[in-house]
This record gives sequence, structure tokens and C-alpha cells, in this order.
Amino acid sequence: MKKIHVVMLVCIAAAIAVLLGFMGNVTTYETIQSAKEKQGKIVTVIAKLDTATLYYDPVKNPNYLTFEAIDSLGDRMKVAYYYEKPYDMEKSERVVLKGKMENNVFEIRKKDGILVKCPSKYKDDMEAAQKNLDVTTK
Amino acid sequence: MKYIGEHLLPGQIGHFFIVLSLVASLVATFAFYFASKQNILEVKKSWLKFARIAFLLESISVLAVFVLLYYIISHHLFEYKYAWQHSDKQLQLEYLLSCFWEGQEGSFLLWSFWHCVLGWILIWKAKDWEAGVMTVVSFAQFCLATMTLGIYFFGHKVGSNPFALLRNEMDAPIFANANYLEFVKDGNGLNALLQNYWMVIHPPILFLGFASVLIPFAFAFAGLMSKKHDWIKPALPWASFSAAALGLGIMLGAMWAYESLNFGGYWAWDPVENASLVPWLTLVAGLHTNLIYKHSGYSLRATYFFYIISFVFILYSTFLTRSGILGDASVHAFTDLGMNWQLLLFILVFLLPAAWLFLKQYKTIPSIKKEEHTWSREFWMFVGSLVLCLSGFVIISITSLPAFNRTVEHFRFLQKIFKNAFAQPDDAEFTHNQIQVFVAIIIGLLTGAVQFLKYKNTPKSFIGKKFWLPVFISLIVALLIIFVGKVHYSAKGIGFMIAIHLAVFSSVYAIVGNISYISFVLKGKLKSAGGSVAHLGFGLIILGILISSGKKKIISWNKTGIAVFKKTAQEDPAENTTLFKGIKTDMHKYMVTYTGDKFDSSDRKRYYEIDFSPKNGSKGFKVYPNIIKNNKGDGFSPNPDAKHFLTKDIFVYITSFKDDERENDTTTFRNTEINAGDTAYFNNGFIVMKKANINPDSKKHLLQANETGIFLDMEVISKEGGKYIAAPGLAIKSTNEVRLIYDTVLAQNLILSFNKVIDAKTGKIEIGVKENDSLTSLLTLKVLEFPMIKLLWLGVIIMVVGLIMSIIHRVKSKPSKV
Repeated sequence: MKKIHVVMLVCIAAAIAVLLGFMGNVTTYETIQSAKEKQGKIVTVIAKLDTATLYYDPVKNPNYLTFEAIDSLGDRMKVAYYYEKPYDMEKSERVVLKGKMENNVFEIRKKDGILVKCPSKYKDDMEAAQKNLDVTTK
Repeated sequence: MKYIGEHLLPGQIGHFFIVLSLVASLVATFAFYFASKQNILEVKKSWLKFARIAFLLESISVLAVFVLLYYIISHHLFEYKYAWQHSDKQLQLEYLLSCFWEGQEGSFLLWSFWHCVLGWILIWKAKDWEAGVMTVVSFAQFCLATMTLGIYFFGHKVGSNPFALLRNEMDAPIFANANYLEFVKDGNGLNALLQNYWMVIHPPILFLGFASVLIPFAFAFAGLMSKKHDWIKPALPWASFSAAALGLGIMLGAMWAYESLNFGGYWAWDPVENASLVPWLTLVAGLHTNLIYKHSGYSLRATYFFYIISFVFILYSTFLTRSGILGDASVHAFTDLGMNWQLLLFILVFLLPAAWLFLKQYKTIPSIKKEEHTWSREFWMFVGSLVLCLSGFVIISITSLPAFNRTVEHFRFLQKIFKNAFAQPDDAEFTHNQIQVFVAIIIGLLTGAVQFLKYKNTPKSFIGKKFWLPVFISLIVALLIIFVGKVHYSAKGIGFMIAIHLAVFSSVYAIVGNISYISFVLKGKLKSAGGSVAHLGFGLIILGILISSGKKKIISWNKTGIAVFKKTAQEDPAENTTLFKGIKTDMHKYMVTYTGDKFDSSDRKRYYEIDFSPKNGSKGFKVYPNIIKNNKGDGFSPNPDAKHFLTKDIFVYITSFKDDERENDTTTFRNTEINAGDTAYFNNGFIVMKKANINPDSKKHLLQANETGIFLDMEVISKEGGKYIAAPGLAIKSTNEVRLIYDTVLAQNLILSFNKVIDAKTGKIEIGVKENDSLTSLLTLKVLEFPMIKLLWLGVIIMVVGLIMSIIHRVKSKPSKV
């Protein structure tokens, strides 16, 4: 076997090892129910924000945000986030939350733990456009 | 029904040109193909002539569509959905072009436009390879033309027509009126984030990069079709060009992210970024194996593989970013245009024939049986290419997680194995960083060292002083950077910190190695130094990334003392500080004040003036982060601002804000009688009255000459434990002329007054307490310090310059004889 083949095999093996290591680190998508069953484990939950429960007061503490989220099965959970409130969060169609359930509160301790998905950001969402059209014509 | 006020002509002409471009590119594909297969010179020439005419028609069509769409947008013809959806009347002229690439159709057009430009350069320069290469280019143009077609084919939507009319695309009752246009007064507008000057130039350069990756692929494909392999020479400057254009396009995107997005950085390993980085990595790998083959005869097969896979990755990234698959994994929100199958097909029509031809001809592609010498340049260059390529594969595999989930959804047996869909890891950025730092180490070392080796074999005597001197210098420089510059990124553990230290050495070595190669080996002859200059730039990029990210510092540390949870090495989230208008706030080395804001009607942004005064008394500066109302939906978008110093950037953005709206100010003062030492309560805590001071020095400025002042010394203690000093006062001129001097505790929305002395003997006084919901303007800031970020941008410029130098060198030195 040529040297170059040895090098190739070593590199490819390293790449595969890295990828396997990565697969060991991925989180899984959970429902609120199953997230509650996996207390303390970092998971990802796709849910809808209950706007009425959103609490953020930059005067008191600009690094603390709480709200409640509801998933598609109708379950509800409290969420705590320790950074600023993402812009336009109230208008989100859904939020992707990455964190862990502790004492029945979903704790998000990484800045990128909330991904806000707005219906009309960057894209051609017909529903938002339609709504906009209805407003402009009224 | 006859509608009133519509301008249908531009759309009809536009659609005609879309169809024409589709037909012309298909004709060009066949004509170029026949020309490439033809051996009789006369016949070949006539086919070529015919093909060029078809490609000319195609180019004119693409240009016409471009111009017409621009006409529609710039004239605000909102009867067209594209104009209505992506622009509005207030938009500044310079952003009208950005409307183009906000939508998918416009960006496909842009891509197509660059193929035309590159196509004509090929027709002009590629000589014998013209027919074969242009077959592929024309076919790519055909595929892109289908993307803007907008017809239904057996129930499947094929393409999305940029000239579609609003009334045909949407279902709303107003379209029952013939005069519906009177109601559609304005468009939806351009996304606020795209209203940034980087966004005017980043997409065109990036798409030039995308388009240029096709050319090495086309050469390789033409080579496989004709079983001739001498395309390797004319393809080389094209690959260099592609590395420059795509690299610049990616980094302009990073610049845009840094300047206008608020994740506080230039790179976040977002799927959209990864998807354009990966083709660049494989293309650069191909560029190097291409050089190996040119000089030593090795690595031809690898070159084929890299060039093919690079373009396939471009197509795959198009699929990933436009199919909506990344929806829950990326900050960018992409939707499904309903064209997923078409996008998938786009990949397959290039991948399958290329893969099939490559495998079929694998045995006939020349390769050298003899092993490379260990001390040969080609051996180590190949190792570098391999590492780059695998790094790309790892990145794209991680990025493809959502696509993997989607695949599982389609197959029941896979669903049984993978019950839960996979989501991003807890620390998504670190996932990439911990892998790629090792790639940076290896590539940096190879970049610095390998040029000192010779092709075929390097005599032992050659690896002498010239080789070791740069190593020695780099070691000293790297140690200085690490220990004097304090690059100690320990948040991810000691292992990662050591890896970063190694990478600092390795990137410094890439810089020093190439400088000394240029000065000692090339004797300063810059003409042929393009490659070394590009490597030097690459080294600077890596060093800039390591220092600016490794030493990135959040300085808007919250000091209110409110600990939400215990600080650990990994988690310290108190990154935001709230500023009240006009109140100096302590931040790192500065006293920071939010002094005011101003609305600029020309760009519809509200600029906030933030004053930074260094505590050591040196000259301060002001930054102007802004907020733009997002016309799509009714939210807001922040735009950061940065103060640029030579060695660092102070980067500021507004994370939340509140206007000074006192419309709800219905609360009144609540009066309380109180003695020294007593406490009074308010909703969020209590107030301790300590004593009264007469004419204290600190308050003299509030008094007029003939007034006597009595000020209270009070302490406000909030439930959260915050302590604030308050000193409301009375200014007495005479018994009839008493003036109240209020004091406010902004952080607690409190206004305090000292109303009167009730009993001078007992010290009983009356104070007023007013609590207010919206007391004042405030904003929350995040401030970051990026040291040495200029190295990164400088590196990008040098790398691009180096690549251009090498293109010029190759084109000049070799009048492309084939």
C-alpha cells in the first residue's frame, strides 16, 4: 500500500470518528411532554409562544426573559432565558427552543437556545403578505 | 374583466424573453455539443457559429429579463407580485437592486447573468475547449431558465415566474374590482436587514462565485466527454478566479453579518454560511491538485473529483437554502417555493452524468504508478487538499442534519430506527470550532512549509537554513502573540486552548513562511508570487479569526448585581446592560451615556447616540447603533454600529428599547409623613430616610444665589436588593417662595419629592412618592470588543489580490495553447 493511501485512510477514519462524535452530541426533537420526562437532559422543542405570558423588563433585569410555550399537542411549559428578548418574538409563528427541563421550567442557558421563526422575515410567505394586503386595502 | 391602470406590456415582453432564453439555451447546448463531437473542421465551425448565435440570443434574453424586472421594481408597478412583495415607494435608489435578490427568482437571474458573462469570456479565450465547456455552461443556463419559468407541468410547478401578476397569485376579494390597483397603494417593502450597503454588493459577488465554480466543472466534464485531459492548463486560472470570487463573496457576507446582524460576530456556522463555504474548500483542494498534475503528473483523478464535487456542492447548497428544509436549524427563514423536486433534479442532472462518466473512464484517466517521494511538494500538497476536502465533508454532513431528518420521514424502515428527529447539538458553534481548529493547524503548517519543497523530490541540502529560519521566527512571534497579547481562551477547557495556541503558531508560520519564501526563494519577484501572496492572506485570515474570536470580549457586563443563576465557566449570561437616557453608566473602561436619538427620514432609521468616555480621561467617542422598523410585519430590526480602532473594534447593538412615552402617566404623588430613620414603602421595595442636609456642596449647582437648600439623604432598596441614593430637596428663598427639587430613581421608576417640614422640632417631614410605569427612555445594550479584526479583513484582501496575481501570471505567461 502506498503512503498516500495510508494517509487517506487515516484522514477518512478521523473524519468518520469526528462525525460519530458529533452524532453523540446532537440533541433530539421532543414534545413538551417527553421533554418533561427527560428532566436535566438538553433537548430541542418546537413550540408556540403564548404572548400573554411573555415577561421581560429591561429596567429590572435586561438579562432575564420568561414565557410559556405550547406545543402542537397542546402541552404547556414555562421557559426561562437569560439573555435579551429576541426582536419580534411576539410576532413569531413558532419558536425553536434548546435547553433542559429543570423543576418543570425549561431552562435555556445559551444565547442561541431560542430561534424565532417569523412568518414574514426574508421570505415569500403568502399568509403574511395576504394579511398585509388586506390591511392596505381597508 | 378589464382591469384599470395595469401595465401589462413589460411583463408580457419579460415572459417572452424567459421562454426565449429557455429555448435558446437548449439550442446552444445541442449546437455546442455537436460542435464538440465534430472532427471535420468546416462542419465544426458552422456548428460553433450557430451555437454562438444561440448563446447570444440567450444572453440578450437574460439581460432583457433583468432590465424589465428592474423597470418594474423601479417604477413601482405593484400589479406585479415581485415588485409588490419586495419593494416599496420609500426605498432608496441604491437598495432597488437589493429587491432583486431578496426573492428567489431574482437571485436565479443574477446567477444566470454571470454565467452569460463568463460564457463570453470562454468563447473568447477557450479555443479548442470552447465547444465542450460551453455545452455544459449552456445546459446550466437551460436549468436556471426553468427556475424562472413558472408553469405547471403534469401538476408540478416548474419554476417561479418573476413577472407573475399580483391578482393571479393571490386570492383576495379586491381583485373583483376593475380598479383594484387604486387600493394597492404601496408594496411590502424590502426586509430591513437587507437595507445595508453590504447587501448591495455581497449577493452579486457571491453569485459570481457560484457561477464561476461551474467553469472548472465544465472543463472536467468536457475532458471526460472527449477523453482528453489537457484542459487542466486552461482551467487553472478559472479555478483561481473562482477561489477568489467565491472566497470574497463569502467574506462579504461575513462582513454584512458583522455590520448589520445582531448575533455579534461575522461567522456563526449557520447552515447558509456553511453551504457556501464547503464548495470553496473542495474547489481550493481542486486548485491544488490541478497544480500538482500540471507540474508532476500526479493527482489528475483527484482533480476531476474535486472539480465535479465542488459544483455539485454549489447545487446542493442551493437546494438546502431554497427548499425550506433548514427551517428549524437556521436563523435565516427560507420557505418552500414548492420547487423542491425541481431543485433536487437540478443536482441530479449534473451529478449523475458526471459521476457516471468519471467512474466509466476512471481507468483511462492517466495516473502514475510510482509512489510520490515523501519529500516532494506534490505529496504534501495532496495531503493538504485531502484535509480541506474532508473538512468540507464534515461541515456539510453536520449541516445536512435537517435533510437527514427529512429523508427519514420519507422511509418507514428508517423511521423505525430513528424514532426522534435529530436537532442541533447543545453548543452548535463549538461543535464546528473544535473540529476546524485542527484543520486550521494542519493547513497552516502545510501552507507555510510545503512551498520550500520541490516537485518530485527535495534534496536534503535544500531543507536547511531557508526552511528552519521561518519556523524559528514564527515560534517567537506566536509566543509573543499568545503571552503578550494574552490569547487565552479557556472557556472550553484546556485542550481547546492548547489547540488555539497551536493554531496561532501555525497561522503565524503560514504568514512568515510565505513572506520568507517570497523574499529568499523568489528573490522578491512578485510576478510569480501570486500563490505565496494568497497563502499569506490565508494565514492572516486564520490568525485574524483566532485572535478576534478567541479574545472577543463582552464589555456590557451587567453590574446591577442581580444574579439569576450561578455563574459558571460555560454560562455567564449577564451580557446586557440597561442605559437610561442621560445617565452615565459604568461599563468596563468607559462611562457610557445614552445621550439621545434622532430619526433619519432618508433611510427611515432611528439612530441612538451612545457616548463612550474612557475613565482614564482620554478622548471619548460616540457610536450610533440604529433601529429600523421592519416593514414586513410590524416589528423592529436593530443595526449595530462599531467604532473602529486600529487594533480593535468596539461593537455596539441595541438589544431592547423603550420610548419616552408618557401617555400613561396618570399616577400621582402619594404623600407620607416620615421622621429621620423611618422607612416608607413603594411597590418594589422601601425607602430609608436617613437625615436632612442643609446646603450640601454636592447640590449647590441646583440652587440660586439667594436660596437655601435642604436635601434629604435617602436610600432606596429594591426587592431584588439593588441600592440607590436619592436626594429630593427644597429650595427656600423666603417663607412664601419655596421650590421643590425632585429626584428620580430611574431604575425603580421612582420620583421622590420633599414636600414640607411638618414639625421642625421632632424632625417630622412630608415626602411624596410617585411610581411610574414609563418613566423614561431607556435602552438595553450589548457591547463587544473584537481585537485585531482588521487582520481578518486585510487577509481577505491580500488573498484575493494574490489569486488575481496568479491569474494574470498564468494568462500572460501562456497564451492558452492547447
